[in-house]
Amino acid sequence: MDLEEAKEFKDRCSQCAAVSWGLTDEGKYYCTSCHNVTERSREVINTGAIPNTKIQAINRGLKRKRKLEKGWDWYVCEGFQHILYQQAKALQTLGVGPELKNEVLHNFWKRYLQKSKQAYCKNPVYTSRRKTTVLEDNPSHSDWDSEPELLSDLSCPSFVESGAESQPDVHTQKPFPIIKASQSETASVCSGSLDGVEYSLRKEKGIVKMTVPRTLAFCYLSLLWQRETITLADLLRFVEEEHIPYINAFQHFPEEMKLYGRDKGIFAIESWPNYEDIYKKVIEVATVLDLPRFPDITEDCYLHPNILCMKYLMEVNLPDEMHDLTCHVVKVTGMGEVDFLTFDPIAKKAKAVKYDVQAVAVIVVVLKLLFLLDDNLEWSLSNIAEKYNEKNEEDKPWFDFRKWYQVMKKAVDEKKQKWEEARAKYLWKSEKPLYHSAIDRSVVYKRREMVVSLQKQFSTLVGSTPTVEKQSPSSFQFSWTEEGGDRPCFHGHSLQGVLKQKGQSLMTKNSLYWLSTQKFCKSYCKHVTTYEESNFSLSYQFILNLFSFLLRIKTSLLHEEVSLIEKRLFKAKYSTTKKKSSRSRKARKC
Amino acid sequence: MTLFNLKGMSDFSEELIRPTTEDEQGEPRAPSGTGMCFPWLQKHIETIATGGKQEKDFAQTTSACLSLIQEALLKHQWQRAAEYMHSYFQILEDSDSNKRQIAPEIIWRLGSEILYYHPKSSVETFNTFADRMKNIGVMNYLKISLQHALYLLHHGMLEDANRNLSQAETWRYGEKSSSQEVLINLIQAYKGLLQYYIWSKKKMELSQLDEDDYAYNTASQNMLNHSWKTSINLCALIQIPGVWDPFVKSYVEMLEFYGDQDGAREVLTNYAYDEKFPSNPNAHIYLYNFLKREKAPREKLISVLKILYQIVPSHKLMLEFHRLLRKSENEEHHKLGLEVLFGVLDFAGCTKNITAWKYLAKYLRQTLMGRHLAWVQEEWNSRKNWWPSFHFSYFRAKSDWKEDKALACEKALVAGLLLGKGCRYFRNISKQDHQVLKKKIKQIKKSVKKYSIVNPGL
Repeated sequence: MDLEEAKEFKDRCSQCAAVSWGLTDEGKYYCTSCHNVTERSREVINTGAIPNTKIQAINRGLKRKRKLEKGWDWYVCEGFQHILYQQAKALQTLGVGPELKNEVLHNFWKRYLQKSKQAYCKNPVYTSRRKTTVLEDNPSHSDWDSEPELLSDLSCPSFVESGAESQPDVHTQKPFPIIKASQSETASVCSGSLDGVEYSLRKEKGIVKMTVPRTLAFCYLSLLWQRETITLADLLRFVEEEHIPYINAFQHFPEEMKLYGRDKGIFAIESWPNYEDIYKKVIEVATVLDLPRFPDITEDCYLHPNILCMKYLMEVNLPDEMHDLTCHVVKVTGMGEVDFLTFDPIAKKAKAVKYDVQAVAVIVVVLKLLFLLDDNLEWSLSNIAEKYNEKNEEDKPWFDFRKWYQVMKKAVDEKKQKWEEARAKYLWKSEKPLYHSAIDRSVVYKRREMVVSLQKQFSTLVGSTPTVEKQSPSSFQFSWTEEGGDRPCFHGHSLQGVLKQKGQSLMTKNSLYWLSTQKFCKSYCKHVTTYEESNFSLSYQFILNLFSFLLRIKTSLLHEEVSLIEKRLFKAKYSTTKKKSSRSRKARKC
Repeated sequence: MTLFNLKGMSDFSEELIRPTTEDEQGEPRAPSGTGMCFPWLQKHIETIATGGKQEKDFAQTTSACLSLIQEALLKHQWQRAAEYMHSYFQILEDSDSNKRQIAPEIIWRLGSEILYYHPKSSVETFNTFADRMKNIGVMNYLKISLQHALYLLHHGMLEDANRNLSQAETWRYGEKSSSQEVLINLIQAYKGLLQYYIWSKKKMELSQLDEDDYAYNTASQNMLNHSWKTSINLCALIQIPGVWDPFVKSYVEMLEFYGDQDGAREVLTNYAYDEKFPSNPNAHIYLYNFLKREKAPREKLISVLKILYQIVPSHKLMLEFHRLLRKSENEEHHKLGLEVLFGVLDFAGCTKNITAWKYLAKYLRQTLMGRHLAWVQEEWNSRKNWWPSFHFSYFRAKSDWKEDKALACEKALVAGLLLGKGCRYFRNISKQDHQVLKKKIKQIKKSVKKYSIVNPGL
């Protein structure tokens, strides 16, 4: 009898993979071959005979609770809230002030929930949009509509309070009425969160759906608001170095927040964040949140090009004296202006400055001004510097481009190789695997087990030293000390060899210049220029590769930024470029 | 059956006949033909389309990881390879089901290679790994079982290997696909080969016993049992088209031992002549050797070697073939005899084969004496463009004379006959002043003058 009833249950046993089920006295399934008792119990399916709709509703309500894994009821946005909370905490350990977490990010998030009508508003999206049943079994929620303000502080407590005590609150206080999408009842479409299925189906215009990459946009906006000393490139690098939770961030969810089914598509991530993509999302989120003008970026801010240039000059081992030139370029181009630098989402065309990329591009322009980078002049200038340095060993040495190139090339190649190896060794999969459906579950767990045991076996064959040491977070990737030796430091070297006195001011000896982009693209293809490596000198390629590796961006992005600075710097040239282009020795048409 | 190439198999059968000695066992073997190789792997990976979607970093890093493993393996950096392997296992959890499906085989191949050579690896480690990999999916069970058994054989653990093969033999999963059926046959055949090994050991023991000895009977009875089991195991595989040299060889040996000449002949004839089987020179060699042992008529031997001649004209049996043809009464065969000699000497590896040159010199002279100038010309026409510089250059003459005077003499005669006395090789050798060979050189000169196909008058 029991076996007959259990026939409708067709899943494989998670222990012995057999499909042979019986029913226990409590109505739970047990495997007749290995006696493994499951969490699943038999559902009363035959409800057709009961005419009372109220009973039917209760029945469905009960069904919902008999999910694959029992856990707390939670919403997708709570999941993201949790990730944001973890990220904010991580930023705090990186040295960011506590206001970022407790005030800025918290407020941005509240604003997001409000704008996307998920909370803090009169008609939360869940009740107004779909034909869903509100189970009015929770008295605290029944007056939700009338008094949202009262609840608002309770609904997001985890940002303000310390994690341990606040976590239970997140889940006991429901910001939303319990809703039930009809899809969640079918076995193949399911989710651990209450609204996972519905969430993944939402596709309206105007609503910026929360995604894992967008959490970084929120983080960056908060950093920018606080004018912290972390640029976007830094933030993304910290993510890749695992100082900030991102991939498998759901692993840190409380045990009782179960994820499966559609949650997988929402929270599982198989790529590192990409600079351009996150940059776009930053602007998008800021626009959607309707944020006011951000605090001014003034000369004493870390994000001001003058300071960032100094930082990157140090990073790539270039002489400090170059800083005067970068400041000069910044001044001439007007890129140091507060209005230029400050992010204003409500402005007609919201545009944020890529502070890091821009600062690096300024350095590239200065290098071009000094050394032309045409695979010729930089080497002959190096010969002169070398000779001078040989003769005058006591003096402050002249900057020798060739020597610098050799040192940097070696250092970058080594670093790049290590980086590539570390990436190849990166373990993507979370300790608790996510599965799509009930059928999937045992297979996914078994696979996970297999991988773990194989890894265990092979770890005995690996050398005793840990292969990938976790780097401690730093905004510098290279360090150059005066010690010299294998990795000499060029910070103190002088630019005398490449500058000459003219009246009161210093001039570059080199009077030529070539434009990285001669003609900008004006069509609808959205990019302003293209970068075809082989069209450019090897020195220029090297410099671009060096810096774009440092920022983990595409070389084309840096090339574009360089071109844009040149456009500001040589405004006159561009206006006459139609008539003659004698000075631009190399240029690329779009 | 790309898994088991001809070379690997013959190496293996040698292993079997000469089992590892005590001191050899612990040492990792030099990478001979026995290690598993996978040049197809990279191609295989590259052909997998990403479906137009942008590749995720997961896919990118895992494929980078794979190439780093391959690089480490090429450089014999087993520890480094193991490090990357540790990360590569996550491909088993790839969300792309295509990749997930081919992953076990890739992992097995890389992993077994690492474990085969890694200094910290042991038979136990390998066994654990193999047992685990066998049970990921169902498609790899037999293949891995077989390779596992081969690994155990390399380590001299015959009994374990046998147990493994027996286990695999009885494994069934639903409807076997045709490829799996071949694998089962192969597994049975390897079992048969193991039994053959025991049999041949017993045969050795038997040969040391006196026939009147009491023990003789039991021993021979034992052998009989074994051969019966073995033949059952082997004969199924041999029916299937393929290259099964070691299996055929051992099967035939047993049949012959028990006097089943007809059975042996049938097996070998089938192996050599069945058109469904891939062209295999060894099949003809085995048949030829068998027929020779049987003292088969010359006609029959010639017909077997004729086929071998078509497949491998440079084979060392070709000289034997020539002898058979020379002795034949058939004029066609005489012509073919000349063809065969020319054919052998077309190959760079045979240029210094003195027997071949001796035969050619003698036979050429004989043919020309027999007024078959047309035969010679027919052969020579296709070679006159390149043989002079290939065989008869001035440099060759000098070096041949220095290394092997007898060879130089034979070649000089051939050169003279084919190119006339004006040719450089002939002139150079005939100029040589040598006490012992004086007479011989004189003879050569005479022959050339008389029979050379180049008429100096024209």
